[in-house]
Amino acid sequence: MNIENSSAIPELDFDTAAARRSRKFRAMRDKIATVGIGLGGVSVIIAILLIFFYLLYEVLPMFRSADVSAWQHNEKVVEPYAVPGSGKTLYLAMEEQAEIGLRVTDLGELVFFSTLTGQPLQSTQIPLPADTTISSFALASENSRMFALGLSNGQALVFKHDYKSTYPEGKRVILPAISYPLGEEPMDVASVALDQLTFAGSEGSFALIGGNQSTMQATFISQNENLFTGETEQELSSTSLPDLGLDIQKMLLMPDQSWLLVAGENGKMAVVNLQNQNHPVITQVLDASSTPITTFDLLLGGNALLIGNEAGQVAQWFLVRNEKLEWTMTKIREFETGQAAITDLAIEHRRKGFATIDKAGELRIYNTTANANVLAERVAQANASMIALAPRANAILIEEAGMLTLLHIDNEHPEVSWSALWGEVWYEGHEQPKYIWQSSAANNDFEPKYSLMPLAFGTLKAAFYAMLLATPLAICGAIYTAYFMVPALRRKVKPVIELMEALPTVILGFLAGLWLAPFMEENLPGIFVTLLLLPLSVLGFAFVWAQMPKQIRWLIPDGWDSILLIPVIILATWFSIFISPAIELVLFDGNMRSWLTNDLGIAYDQRNALVIGIAMGFAVIPTIFSITEDAIFAVPKHLSFGSLALGATPWQTLTRVVLPTASPGIFSAVMIGMGRAVGETMIVLMATGNTPIMDINIFEGMRTLAANIAVEMPESEVGSTHYRILFLAAFVLFMFTFVVNTLAEVIRQRLRKKYGSL
Amino acid sequence: MNISVREWFKSGSPWVWMNAGAVAICMIMVIGLLGLIAIRGLSHFWPADIIQGQYTQDGETVLVGEIVETNEVLTKQLIEAGIKIPTTDEFSTRYLIKIGNRDVNGSDFTWALEHYLSDRQTPEMLFNAERREWGNLYGYLRSVKQSGEEVGRYDGYDKSAEYLALWDDLELRIERALDIREDILEIEKHEIGEINHELERLRLKERSLQLKDLTDPALYETINQRRKELDTAYQGLQQRLLDLYAEINRDSITAEVATGQQVEIQISKIVRAFRPNDMGILQKTGHYFAKLWEFVSEDPREANTEGGIFPAIFGTVMMVILMSILVTPFGVVAAVYLREYAKQGFITRVIRIAVNNLAGVPSIVYGVFGLGFFVYFLGGNIDDLFFPEAKPAPTFGTPGLMWASLTLALLTVPVVIVATEEGLSRIPRSVREGSLALGATKFETLMKVVLPMASPAMMTGVILAIARAAGEVAPLMLVGVVKLAPSLPLDGNYPFIHLDQKFMHLGFHIYDVGFQSPNVEAARPLVYATAMLLVIVIALLNLSAIAIRNHLREKYKALEM
Repeated sequence: MNIENSSAIPELDFDTAAARRSRKFRAMRDKIATVGIGLGGVSVIIAILLIFFYLLYEVLPMFRSADVSAWQHNEKVVEPYAVPGSGKTLYLAMEEQAEIGLRVTDLGELVFFSTLTGQPLQSTQIPLPADTTISSFALASENSRMFALGLSNGQALVFKHDYKSTYPEGKRVILPAISYPLGEEPMDVASVALDQLTFAGSEGSFALIGGNQSTMQATFISQNENLFTGETEQELSSTSLPDLGLDIQKMLLMPDQSWLLVAGENGKMAVVNLQNQNHPVITQVLDASSTPITTFDLLLGGNALLIGNEAGQVAQWFLVRNEKLEWTMTKIREFETGQAAITDLAIEHRRKGFATIDKAGELRIYNTTANANVLAERVAQANASMIALAPRANAILIEEAGMLTLLHIDNEHPEVSWSALWGEVWYEGHEQPKYIWQSSAANNDFEPKYSLMPLAFGTLKAAFYAMLLATPLAICGAIYTAYFMVPALRRKVKPVIELMEALPTVILGFLAGLWLAPFMEENLPGIFVTLLLLPLSVLGFAFVWAQMPKQIRWLIPDGWDSILLIPVIILATWFSIFISPAIELVLFDGNMRSWLTNDLGIAYDQRNALVIGIAMGFAVIPTIFSITEDAIFAVPKHLSFGSLALGATPWQTLTRVVLPTASPGIFSAVMIGMGRAVGETMIVLMATGNTPIMDINIFEGMRTLAANIAVEMPESEVGSTHYRILFLAAFVLFMFTFVVNTLAEVIRQRLRKKYGSL
Repeated sequence: MNISVREWFKSGSPWVWMNAGAVAICMIMVIGLLGLIAIRGLSHFWPADIIQGQYTQDGETVLVGEIVETNEVLTKQLIEAGIKIPTTDEFSTRYLIKIGNRDVNGSDFTWALEHYLSDRQTPEMLFNAERREWGNLYGYLRSVKQSGEEVGRYDGYDKSAEYLALWDDLELRIERALDIREDILEIEKHEIGEINHELERLRLKERSLQLKDLTDPALYETINQRRKELDTAYQGLQQRLLDLYAEINRDSITAEVATGQQVEIQISKIVRAFRPNDMGILQKTGHYFAKLWEFVSEDPREANTEGGIFPAIFGTVMMVILMSILVTPFGVVAAVYLREYAKQGFITRVIRIAVNNLAGVPSIVYGVFGLGFFVYFLGGNIDDLFFPEAKPAPTFGTPGLMWASLTLALLTVPVVIVATEEGLSRIPRSVREGSLALGATKFETLMKVVLPMASPAMMTGVILAIARAAGEVAPLMLVGVVKLAPSLPLDGNYPFIHLDQKFMHLGFHIYDVGFQSPNVEAARPLVYATAMLLVIVIALLNLSAIAIRNHLREKYKALEM
């Protein structure tokens, strides 16, 4: 064999142009990859930050306070202009787009004008009967757009302002119009001049109350459409009011026409019950305010009263039923105000909010539910006399010394404040302050109740009952699996538990709701017997087993005990369920449910916290189990061997050596399990009634933050307060699990470091 | 050997036993749950016998139906509930009977007490017809009609040649109606669907021309030309459909139901008719598998309470495939960074905390994030940029398949990271160093040596991610699933995969049918069957992931030596 010498090996030149290029290319590729992979790694942090900041971005607008600025049209500031029409202003209003305003004057002129320029668009002069003047004004409510004018001859006229949008040639044109819901003829209200007038009603049933200090009369009008002729027929009835003994300043009739509120001199107020239309009764005369009342208005919905006074205070009042079941006008809350006397108060058309202006020219905007003053800004000189809010509450008209100013308001989420979300709030129609979550209702003047407390409570309640079941089972199970079980069995048990973790929660929820809940309702005593009997039967069996002769005991080596226990547990459970009806018959007279409800006074829902505890416990067990098991298994063997060698029993070694070492790991397991229980959605959604109640009772359901999001998110309007509050709920969940998980992870990392040295 | 209680407790062994009991309870819970789902889910398709009996509570009536549930109740509870029952027994047996004939009875189910039920029998000639509306019909076949004319009649209750001939005739006619129905569906779903799809695209094209202020009449002319052609084609199909509908509605039958009434139903409304009491075990098995096949391959009927779940399976699979395409690169790159590139220190610790947090954030929060960020923010902007012609109808600015996949990809990324990292950590250092020593760059080592070796681990991660995604429902409720999707997200119309469409999902199907359905009792067996399918899929995925992982561990154990 001829071996070539080295000179025959072809000369390899590693420095050719091609090789250099290739090397350069490879180096560049390597560098690009390094950067790319680095970015990929950091993107995990970006993802979590993105979630955090996006949620925050949706939540934050809720906590911005309101803002007032000059109204801009075509990028030009709208300047103040002289009031259109003649006479003193009785009433100011705007239509939906805040493009057209209406001014009602004491000379009987109804002027529609452009809110941008003050240009009159349409003016109506009321045909007043001879020798009469307009003596009073009454508004039904802002969103009914109906008002009445009282005349000096005891008659009154009712008007409604309407707007129609048309689109000739693609441009919007709004046409205002005045209509007469009760006819164009003035109707008789009282035999004396109407120095005071109030008006309420809707859909065919109206009431006008008016008169002077001595004589006050009420007229009730009901309209029926004649089925045959199609004509509207009016039926009238009238009644006289008792003497109120007050110097009447202003009167208000609630929309249901059964309560009349009268403001008197020096802050006095009287409440008249008109539920029986023929026999009005004065139920209360009280000092509503320490100084004379300056404004007296009904809030949206007409159930709550707002009183402003000369000292600049504003308070909300409504009817509350007391212990004797009598309705009494009660002061609910006072708002944060300035010092100067309130000169006018305007009600928002769609929300429970209002705006005030005082003698110092300071405009303040409030929300009643949230008890929030979202804006305080000086917008006028000292003599602003009247303000009006647009229906969308995005614009305000201010009248000041014969001039009108249109301002833009940015006030998207006044309903939200710390106290509205987390505190007890006294809602309209309730006897006392409460925590309530009720985000929507059928009617428009509904007061949204955004208390997150019942939801947070429900979340913790569900998590508590789930942890109550899961923690002992999972930790005990993990201890046995990691420390006592033979490896052969351990290899089988771990996959089964992992499978348990992989089970979709929708399946657990469905079984809990449709199978477990009815099953439990039927076998309620059996469930409790099972809880009692299971540990006893395990102990009993263990003791009997310990008494067995060695030959039998040695058949099953140590570490296989749990297999032995399976039939025992199945038998014990079956037995408990089997004797359940008998127990029910003997102890609870045949029906434990009705015994609970009638004898103990505990409400029972079929889908309750006990069901949740079991179903969600099931979902949480594998999480806690596998982390605990890892933590215990990771405890170095020489520690336990040392302890055993010193004569400690296996149990002593476990409790004194192994568990303390593993305890941070177990703690982090419980934390992560807790995080999972708090955020779990489908099980609670399916296996509870989803009623947002605050009751620790194990036999009642709850609504959790997560389930609430799942239920309400698809229906909420994008960008609305409700939508943002649901984002807030998600943010709260995110933060909770973030804290819990970070804590658990930090502990785990520390633990790993510690054992690294052992 | 005897041991006193005191000593026994002192030894600590009772506590060990208690711990063993906890493991046993966990195991029983898992296996019991799987068993429960399997039994309930699988038994639904078995053709149950139809019983007939005299029922004497509140007068004498004939009761015909399938026994669904039997339970023992305390007699006392029944009496308290206002039911008269003249017996001294402490317990009474109560049946839940599916009596069907919702059009006649008003409801599908009734409770019956055994005490009042007498003369129970299972007549061979009773038949069960599954219908497209009003649920099952139980009764005796009386006549078969063609175009309103009676072509066969039988009035008895016994099995006779005459009845069987009538029955065979019925089966032939059902077969014929099913064939015609297939033609109708072909036309309605595919041919007309295609035309509608193209018409819609023409409309959008026209609109986008208008938006671009193009006024060239030739452009509009071609669109209108095509539109006319499509309209003509549509008219033709419409005529064919009318003919087919006339054909399919030709036959009808009358049947005598439990109340003695004769009801007439059109054969086109019958999905299948069979006489379970006259079936042998083989026939029943055949029927069982036919029903099982229908379940996984057909569309749902009757507000999802009957029929199959094919669209839900399809939707789940589509979503999961898209999700794995999205999640795999992201997860693998992150894991490679953590294990191969990053210096172990503060950054890696923070990333690990972030990974753990991503894994721990409740799934509904992902749903909220997906809805707000992906759907409204990203989708809204995509619509503004690329689909202005479709506005104001949203294209991507509404929940859909793509956003659902993306949301779930984000949700499952920690699973892939953790699994891949574990795989990478098992590859011995020497392998990498060998490659580097031969002159490969770090990236080449990664691509040609490390990743191929870690690929089973990546597989494990992806499989686990798929298992997680397949079972997740809460976020999907916000970002894309619907109870009933009109068409599949994959079809023959351009662009073939409809990423903007909403889809059906197995998990959501369970929630929807089990809890939102108008007829929960009737739908329940189907929910169990769906749940079982889902559990089987997820269990298989998980077990395969575990198997791959164990295999991998064994493999590298040898390398580490």
